[in-house]
Amino acid sequence: MTTEFWITQTFNGLSYGALLFLLASGLSLIFGVMRIVNLAHGSYFLLGGYVGLSVVWRTHSFVLALLAGAVAVALIGVGMERLFLRRLSGQTLGQVLMTIGFALIFQDLALLLWGGDPYSLPVPAPLQGVLIVGALRFPRYRLFIMLVAVVIGAALWLALDRTRAGAMIRAAVDDAEMAQGVGIRVPTISMGVFALGAALAALGGVIGGGFLGVYPGLDFEILPYAFVVVIVGGLGSLPGAMVGSLLVGLLDNFGKALFPELAYFTLFAPMALILALRPTGLFGRT
Amino acid sequence: MTSRRALLAGLGTALVAGMVAPLLSAYPLTLLTQVAVVAILAMSLDVLLGYTGLPSLGHAAYFGVAAYAVGILATDYKRGFLTCLLAGLLLATLTAALFGLIAIRASGTYFLMITLALGMVVWGLAFRWVSMTKGDNGIAGVPRPELPLPWSLAAPLPFFYLTLAAAVLAWALLGLLVRSPFGLSLMGIRESESRMRALGYNVWLHKYLAFVIAGAFAGFAGVFWAYYNGFVSPVDVQLVTSVETLLMVALGGPGTLAGPALGAAVIVFLKNFVSVYTKRWLLILGAVYIGVILFAPRGVLGAFRRERR
Amino acid sequence: MSKEGVTALYGRDTLSELALHLQAVSKTFGGLRAVDGVELAVRPGERRALIGPNGAGKTTLFNLIAGALPASAGRISLFGTDVTGMAQHRRAALGLARTFQITNLFPTLTVLDNVRLAAQARTADRFAMLRPVSGFADLQARAREALAAVGLDDRATSRVRHLSHGEQRQLEIALALAGRPRVLLLDEPTAGLSQAEAGHMTALLRGLDPAITLLIIEHDMDIALEVARHVTVLHYGRVIADGSCDAVRADPTVREIYLGA
Repeated sequence: MTTEFWITQTFNGLSYGALLFLLASGLSLIFGVMRIVNLAHGSYFLLGGYVGLSVVWRTHSFVLALLAGAVAVALIGVGMERLFLRRLSGQTLGQVLMTIGFALIFQDLALLLWGGDPYSLPVPAPLQGVLIVGALRFPRYRLFIMLVAVVIGAALWLALDRTRAGAMIRAAVDDAEMAQGVGIRVPTISMGVFALGAALAALGGVIGGGFLGVYPGLDFEILPYAFVVVIVGGLGSLPGAMVGSLLVGLLDNFGKALFPELAYFTLFAPMALILALRPTGLFGRT
Repeated sequence: MTSRRALLAGLGTALVAGMVAPLLSAYPLTLLTQVAVVAILAMSLDVLLGYTGLPSLGHAAYFGVAAYAVGILATDYKRGFLTCLLAGLLLATLTAALFGLIAIRASGTYFLMITLALGMVVWGLAFRWVSMTKGDNGIAGVPRPELPLPWSLAAPLPFFYLTLAAAVLAWALLGLLVRSPFGLSLMGIRESESRMRALGYNVWLHKYLAFVIAGAFAGFAGVFWAYYNGFVSPVDVQLVTSVETLLMVALGGPGTLAGPALGAAVIVFLKNFVSVYTKRWLLILGAVYIGVILFAPRGVLGAFRRERR
Repeated sequence: MSKEGVTALYGRDTLSELALHLQAVSKTFGGLRAVDGVELAVRPGERRALIGPNGAGKTTLFNLIAGALPASAGRISLFGTDVTGMAQHRRAALGLARTFQITNLFPTLTVLDNVRLAAQARTADRFAMLRPVSGFADLQARAREALAAVGLDDRATSRVRHLSHGEQRQLEIALALAGRPRVLLLDEPTAGLSQAEAGHMTALLRGLDPAITLLIIEHDMDIALEVARHVTVLHYGRVIADGSCDAVRADPTVREIYLGA
């Protein structure tokens, strides 16, 4: 195992973690405000990728694909929340189970609309190729992913910390009943956060499409990663999602490089460890 | 339903099924066999979900692990029924014992996510550990068990009777379990963990035992599944399988044992019926899921009430 | 109360025989001291009332004694055994039982099943998996006994959610009694009861086995003083008075809190 191996794997792990951050931050935020775990979150990722694909095929614009994916899935998220989840307000487990139903529907719809073949999202020219530093080669696309995650992470942090909307969200996360009591429109916040979470997942799906691909089954395959990130980082915590996604990205990458046959098993150990020590995750709240 | 009525109803159903079976043609008979096997799986989840109030989305893991044990031992190693049965049960129980240590520490939402993730760990192994599981191709050609009986189990009718007997046995044992003091303690945990602790129960231990027992019975179902299907693949441990099982329990009525068995029958028939006309089973399953949650009387979700006090 | 104080007041041998002994017990939540250096010495068989205005920390103190909350500081002993770090269920195994201020029962189960759960809690039978509950005659008898003690035997087959509030409060007591406790913590047993129901409850409490040590949180001073001989007054998490009914009634600080409030 040369130094190049370690550096490359670390880099790959961090870039994968960056992608996971886009997925998991949405999941964490949704839980923070609504106290439900959205089991259709992997589906948002997948649908984002498929929509992005279709847009790129038609318009050859990566930017348009990103926008279309985010908007389309955000709308789906809003529809799910307003028309269905809201009817079971208060019954968190019922809502969670409902999201499974949606996950199944989305999976089948995707199969119906895009077929069973795996696709790769065409990467725009400026992001192709590698950056060469000495003996090391860093793919530009992976650098791009990391940049996007950092920018979005910073934007989310600032938005939550500095803006009025952010303060309202933090209040709702802290104590929804109290927030409602002081006049914060919690149902509107819930809807907004749901849309934001969905959009982030979709963004991840479009971007991920360029390096993981888009294929049937991706939704359920990526979901456990999002879960392990929020379990490790703690539900409802943005810093938790950041730390968790980096940890999971690194662990998974090294795991796959060293023990390819074990697949998810390499996530098993950290999950077990964290739960044994801190049942609500590193930064979590129940 | 009182114990005696439940006993009579269950035995009655088994008796009727047993008498009707010789009159059925091959296809309906295999469906009925499938129902018997899957009913065991659904009842095992009911112990966890309906009686203890623990919603697991990874129950297929123990089912699949046992099925794979049988698949591998019966094909590559040409082992007999008893060895395969014991190996399957043992592996399922050990897996549940290991996973339970992690999952039971968590509660509510975290439990749901962890069981899902653990289920995917098993799926991932089934998919990637090709040298052991033959990956996506699955293990084909699992022969029917050879028992010292005058009838060959390769024929559908004798095999049906075997699985029916297995289902009745599972139902009887689980029936005893849920009516026992231990079973009562599980229901107590479902209703109020805090009260149980105050009374002096080691709640973690009871939940853990329930988890392992449920896993063992899921493994029991898995053994018969491998023989029934003749083929074991990652599909048997995929998330959709766990989700289908959960729906069987939710649909049939959690906390009743008979309900989930009925739910199993409904889902098996629905799935097979739907598959004749369309490939869109998942779409329909998802819609049924949402429909059940939205429109079923509160009683169906009653067992999902986790009063965290 | 310090060891010296207890010895001085009760005599040398009493220390190890104290049913409940709290030494400098505190509980802080962030910046809030809910319980502040509480000293408590309760003898076996004693009837002690714990009173104080809302928010004085009475239920928190119960939670600390029962083990539902870990103490931030101090020492808790049950019949001489240090239980400060012990898990809740293990304290129950030592003979500690409690009721809840907000009724905490098993709603969809029958009254009989509720009490059965209490009766089997500290026995090996709770792990029995292959015999139906009805086959355990001893447990059945204990359960029925507890129901009879609170006057609920005719409601055995009803489901808890169909009981009236008063009956549910009675069941709360039955659950605590079925385990044959040595120390019983009662958290506002008459909460939400009508005059008549409260009267029944008070009679019930007065008629309890004298061997059981009782610690009762009561809002109603009159009821508290009817059941207990000895009163401890809590205010802002601190013990401000501790003595006989008359002594406490005459205490100027107590009068100020209750009459001035």
